[in-house]
Amino acid sequence: MSYTLNVNGKAQTVDVDGSTPLLWVLRDVLDLKGSKFGCGMGLCGACTVHLNGMPTRSCITPISLVGAAAVTTIEGVGASPVGEKVRAAWVELDVPQCGYCQAGQIMAATALLTANPRPTDGDIDDAMSGNLCRCYTYTRIRAAIKQAAGLPTADTREA
Amino acid sequence: MARARAVETLERRAGAGRAGRGSVTRRAFLVASAAAGGGLLIDFSVPVFAATARGAHRRYTLNAYIQIDPDDTVTIMSKCPEIGQGIKTSLPMVIAEELDADWGKVVAEQAPLDGRAYGAQFAGGSFSTPMNYEPLRRVGASARAMLVAAAAQAWGIGPEHCDTQIPGYVRHTGTGRKLSYGALSARASRMKPPDMRMVKVKDPKDFRIIGKPLSGVDNPLIVTGQPLFGIDMSLPGMKYAVFEKCPVFGGRPVSANLEEIKALPGVRDAFLVPGARPTGLPDGMAITLQDGVAIIGDSWWAANAALDKLIVEWDEGPVASQSTESFDRMATALSSGLPGKILRRDGNVDQALASAAKVIEGEYAYPLVAHTPLEPMNATARYADGAVEVWAPTQNPAAGQGAIAKLLGLAPSNVTVHMLRAGGGFGRRLGTEYMVEAAVLSKMTGVPIKVLRNRKQDIQHEFYRPAGYHYFKAGLDGSGTLTAFRDHFVTFTSDGEKYSNSADMAPDEFPARFVPNLEYGVSMMLLGVPTGPMRAPQSNALGYAFQSFLDEVALAAGKDPIQFRIDLLRTAHLVPNPPPFGGRGPRRGGFMMMPEFDPKRGVGVLELVREKSGWGRRTLPPRTGMGAAFYYSHLGYIAEVMQVTVAPEGTVKVDKVWIAADVGRQIVNPSGALNQLQGGALDGISQALGQAITIDRGRVVKTNFDDYTLLRMNQAPPVEVYFNITDNMVTGLGEPAVPPAPPALCNAIAAATGKRVRRLPIDPATLVAT
Repeated sequence: MSYTLNVNGKAQTVDVDGSTPLLWVLRDVLDLKGSKFGCGMGLCGACTVHLNGMPTRSCITPISLVGAAAVTTIEGVGASPVGEKVRAAWVELDVPQCGYCQAGQIMAATALLTANPRPTDGDIDDAMSGNLCRCYTYTRIRAAIKQAAGLPTADTREA
Repeated sequence: MARARAVETLERRAGAGRAGRGSVTRRAFLVASAAAGGGLLIDFSVPVFAATARGAHRRYTLNAYIQIDPDDTVTIMSKCPEIGQGIKTSLPMVIAEELDADWGKVVAEQAPLDGRAYGAQFAGGSFSTPMNYEPLRRVGASARAMLVAAAAQAWGIGPEHCDTQIPGYVRHTGTGRKLSYGALSARASRMKPPDMRMVKVKDPKDFRIIGKPLSGVDNPLIVTGQPLFGIDMSLPGMKYAVFEKCPVFGGRPVSANLEEIKALPGVRDAFLVPGARPTGLPDGMAITLQDGVAIIGDSWWAANAALDKLIVEWDEGPVASQSTESFDRMATALSSGLPGKILRRDGNVDQALASAAKVIEGEYAYPLVAHTPLEPMNATARYADGAVEVWAPTQNPAAGQGAIAKLLGLAPSNVTVHMLRAGGGFGRRLGTEYMVEAAVLSKMTGVPIKVLRNRKQDIQHEFYRPAGYHYFKAGLDGSGTLTAFRDHFVTFTSDGEKYSNSADMAPDEFPARFVPNLEYGVSMMLLGVPTGPMRAPQSNALGYAFQSFLDEVALAAGKDPIQFRIDLLRTAHLVPNPPPFGGRGPRRGGFMMMPEFDPKRGVGVLELVREKSGWGRRTLPPRTGMGAAFYYSHLGYIAEVMQVTVAPEGTVKVDKVWIAADVGRQIVNPSGALNQLQGGALDGISQALGQAITIDRGRVVKTNFDDYTLLRMNQAPPVEVYFNITDNMVTGLGEPAVPPAPPALCNAIAAATGKRVRRLPIDPATLVAT
């Protein structure tokens, strides 16, 4: 079936089965490889994209449900000033180890900071705990979110 | 002994330079795909590939690692695979330092697999840094000498009148006249390379790149979502494969509803694949091709969705009789008898225990653990005309090349393996079976194939960190000194003789040599589940058991747990290491000298972590406690302290972690080093809190990240890191932070609750307040 998607501000028509998850349309039909496959069940967050700004697990979102929603992926997130700041903070603080989860982390962090420009540590926990990092770079993810927000990067959850 | 606090703040680098280097790598990646589609065997040698990637520019080769463009871009090959350990940044830093390159003009590239040019190329054992640090300094220094010689020739002066004080330039010291490396590149490439053994390397006080916290070279590509990882590889005409194996290890398909599967939308083919184990080695790591059912699809989604309809009659084989429960029972039964064999015996333990003022007993058990890198196993292969090319995220490219060559009956020179960035390794990608599957399926189908596991397949068909059981007994004399120590280690064998892969214990496992009467005995149980190395193999499990029990012993002795460990380490080699037991003494491990374990370095990190954590000086609320552990593995000396709070219902919250690390005289990239230590400690916490692979009738029970739980952001404590800089060889950091983490955590729980964690993962039900 034919679906017309709005991906990173561009109309894209694809011909796929309606049950195909958005993730696989992005990766294997539109050749946008930035969104990653990790679990296929919405458990790890590596596939996170924005639908109308809302962080969404693309691995469990059938293409038939996307409709005209604005799809933003890691490739396009830099178009927003918040997304650009988050990306820059990730590089400046050298967040990645293997880097595989970081597209999803950046998408989740950008959605958080767009809705809540000055998050507390608790807010960060709430927004980010659905995104797994198997290298456990959480220390730096937390600091980078604060840096992108212009907040002091020190961890204030001292024992 | 200088102590340096790790620097959190990174040197900020110019954004433009970053984007530039990113785009080069991006082009290179795409060129590989396009050329393969055109029927060309990709050749990473210079200048064919480079010329394509760089357009008009030509790279001039100074040696296998260094190429320089006339536009001053310096391309440095990183010989080892990048799996998240940061080696693609740190090894080029070492070369760039001695080259006196301008880091802003350096492009790091993954080297091709070429043992003659690069020697051993793998990611394992935290070996990449200690094996390569000194040799690669000479690689950089040698190329620098060629540039200096080229300038001297151009100016008609002696090289002794030139310097490289300005990064990226050779300067005539007397006049200040200078030529850029790019301007010298063509001439320098024609200079005779000096003898690597004779070139002079820098005094470390003059380092400008080594020792600076630098951001990873691939970071600009990662944060913009560029294709980079193995899973991102794509070839024209490529089809997608899922490969389903028997839920029971070693089982095979008898028949399947293949016709029905082939009729599904998007499915091209479905067939049974006979397995093979051509390497003849035991267990997990050696599996090259298991029996299974392949489904080939136009898209991976279609092929994977077809699994829902797949009905297979399996011949489950003998492993179907094995379960975690029965191993638990068997281990208990074995523990009451004598060990099957004695691994080490010093003095007389029975006598020492009989005359001890106090005897302490402790049992510890740990489970099978899966590696679960977030990028599932995958590989892309193209077989044509008696040659195969494979693109894979791998820690072990040469082993993959060898396994494919042997199985397909090809000369290794007809098997090309490209190392792509791996979305995590942790030892899992030392195995090569997914590369073999892609190659075999491409040959069978006649088209390029990408094979990709779904998460359930990935968890259920790993090789696992082996489980194990330890039954300890220790004796203290009247002054609280440890006089006797015994461990009956119940572990696994894959064939009744040899240990299952990574299920062994070294005879000099600490505290061996530091206790006058000591005995390590081993009993083995037959296991059909494949096992193999996981980040800090052996140590990641033994650290928990031994460092937990030593904590019990310290408390029984009425001593402070950190001071007890320091006192033990100061018991200077009571027992020499006798030759039959081998051990970690000086030896040539095939490629490098392994230094002797140095107890003073253990004392150093314990003292440092004691000071930094405020050990013994903090007033803690009820059910909050601090625990410590020290472990030496992979040439690194690491002490960790953790503070935990245990809720009345038994839930464990880690409040904070302090790490002290001694990995020698130089931290190559403090940013990467800090990341490895923090991540390593959290990895150990994650394992201890939530990870166990249980076996039921030969099958793995766990399926995904809902029942196999990894640490999440809201559970991750702050981690403070301190380096103890000592004048010792420079060593790696991928692994050694893991082993002390589970025992530090469990010892903190004991301090908070009075309850010992006897079994991993930690069961909150055993920690409920009474």
